[in-house]
Amino acid sequence: MKRLISFVLALGLLVAACGEHDSGPTTSTAPDSGAFPVTVRGTEIPALPERIVSLSATHTEVLYEIGAGPEIIATDVFSDYPAAATETEKVDAFNLSVESVAAMDPDLVILSYDPGEAMSGFAALNIPAILFAPPGPASLGDVYDEWQELGEATGHTTEALALVSQESEDIDGVVAEVPQTIRSFTYFVELDSTLFTVGPGTLLHSVFGMLGLTNVAGEDAGAYPQLSAEFLLDADPDFIFLADTVCCGQTAETVASRPGWSELSAVQNGAVIELDDSVASRWGPRISDLILRISKEVYGVG
Amino acid sequence: MTAEAPRRISVRSLLVAAVVAFGAIAAAVLIGPVGLDPGRVLLEVLDRLPLVEVESGLSPREAAIVWELRVPRAVLGALVGSTLAMAGAAYQGVFRNPLADPYLLGVAAGAGLGATLAIVTVGSGSLLVPGAAFAGALAAVAATYALGAAGGGRRTGTTLILAGVAVAAFLTAAQTFVQQRNADTIREVYAWILGRLGTTGWADVALVAPYAVISIVVILLHRRLLDVLAVGEDEARTLGVRPERVRAVVVIAATLGTAGAVAAGGLIGFVGIVVPHAVRLIAGSSYRVILPLTVFGGAAFLTIADVIARTAVSPSEIPIGVVTAFVGGPFFVVVLRSSRRDQS
Repeated sequence: MKRLISFVLALGLLVAACGEHDSGPTTSTAPDSGAFPVTVRGTEIPALPERIVSLSATHTEVLYEIGAGPEIIATDVFSDYPAAATETEKVDAFNLSVESVAAMDPDLVILSYDPGEAMSGFAALNIPAILFAPPGPASLGDVYDEWQELGEATGHTTEALALVSQESEDIDGVVAEVPQTIRSFTYFVELDSTLFTVGPGTLLHSVFGMLGLTNVAGEDAGAYPQLSAEFLLDADPDFIFLADTVCCGQTAETVASRPGWSELSAVQNGAVIELDDSVASRWGPRISDLILRISKEVYGVG
Repeated sequence: MTAEAPRRISVRSLLVAAVVAFGAIAAAVLIGPVGLDPGRVLLEVLDRLPLVEVESGLSPREAAIVWELRVPRAVLGALVGSTLAMAGAAYQGVFRNPLADPYLLGVAAGAGLGATLAIVTVGSGSLLVPGAAFAGALAAVAATYALGAAGGGRRTGTTLILAGVAVAAFLTAAQTFVQQRNADTIREVYAWILGRLGTTGWADVALVAPYAVISIVVILLHRRLLDVLAVGEDEARTLGVRPERVRAVVVIAATLGTAGAVAAGGLIGFVGIVVPHAVRLIAGSSYRVILPLTVFGGAAFLTIADVIARTAVSPSEIPIGVVTAFVGGPFFVVVLRSSRRDQS
């Protein structure tokens, strides 16, 4: 059972971790040191951090976007966006060695997963560490909160607030354009080829709901349920979103050749949409791009 | 090893076992998370048989559920179940140890390491996976053999099992290491470790069938010799049987079957313990009786376990390895207790 639990946990995290990306522009402005010391998620950060280690791909993206890039000295192996993140020193966040991170002499560590005793280890070493624990945000509101917390922790509150208002404005614009349909379209998001998907309590489920779409996994499923092939054939979703194109090489063609899938409406109607794994599984500054893409694929507008 | 029960299998018990197995397969085809009319499902299956033309009344999508998903999965479950149960019974016979099974001997761990290496290098759908699993399994069983000999001078049942546990622990650690170095495919490997019956339909059946058939036929052909071995090695020699040769052939056959089953179904535990012992409780200890019944028993056990795996938390699935472990764990304790009592 422990294996199962850790598997589900690892899955949720890996979903938030797999993929590769093009680089994007990064801006940096001078951080504001006047606000320190600050307390974020129960961790006191005594002074403006100058040596940040980010062990979470999502939070790495946010840190660069709000201008904390110059302070980042190391990131985890999945942090691949923006391009600057690939040039930092690398750490394996899933088999974390507190000691080797401590050896980098960081003054702030960001984690999205504690493999066990990491948080207490950093506390014992007096290294400020913030854990954005699994299963991650359940809604865009939670996402914006995390961005602001990262801003506070790094002295980039102004940029974080600007990012929140920019992204929320973009997203609200897309959502406002969603047309009325006779019935709600149904969808299935594939996280891997064994039909793990997202359920209630996940950001993706919430985002698709905002766009007026109905999850075939239902409202009673867990956060990351695994559907049976039979159930999926019977549910016959209007749209299928593949979030395992990079990790697992799935495409509209490969899924069409699965047993029975040629009978699915989405396959027959060309409504199988290939998403970039890491854009679909992270909640960084590219979230509005994802929402725009989904809206365009489904409604042709956005 | 005494046997009051008949040494030859009766046609009647074979028929009963076959009916139970086919009943389980029929149940697996009829029961699923999607409620389909049982009559129509049966008509659909009939329609697929050669020379039969009937109209089932199912929509193309429903027909695909029956023929592309349920039937191949039931057949796969039956094949994997038969093979694992048979391998368990064969190992128990060869090593004269009631606790021997593909897991305790390190065979499954070896197959697991081989398959993991194949999955991280070429992907999970490749034909190389069962080959790599077989290579790993054979290496594991050879290591267990060698270690057992080094530890106890003679390859007694107990030293072999202890050697198997050590080999399994080592190979499992190696597998974990390989997984961690290949985090990008870790999800595929994890899904496979917990045991799953394929989502790839008939392709998986085609993959495992040759392994299963060869393994089952070879072991069945040696059923009388296993009875002779059960009497004792020296006695077997006086009867003109070469124990080493019989052992080697049966172990290779059982290992081949295990590798095929592991490659197609992942690490599904306890089938090799639960089924042969359940058969023994009912039909006695003669391998001429146990082995044929184990083929059907294994098919029935795993097919039913898969029905539970598919429907218990519908629309999600439970890994089938979890279901067999829920039944097998407690059963293992019972076998352990009763085998201790026999010895004292």
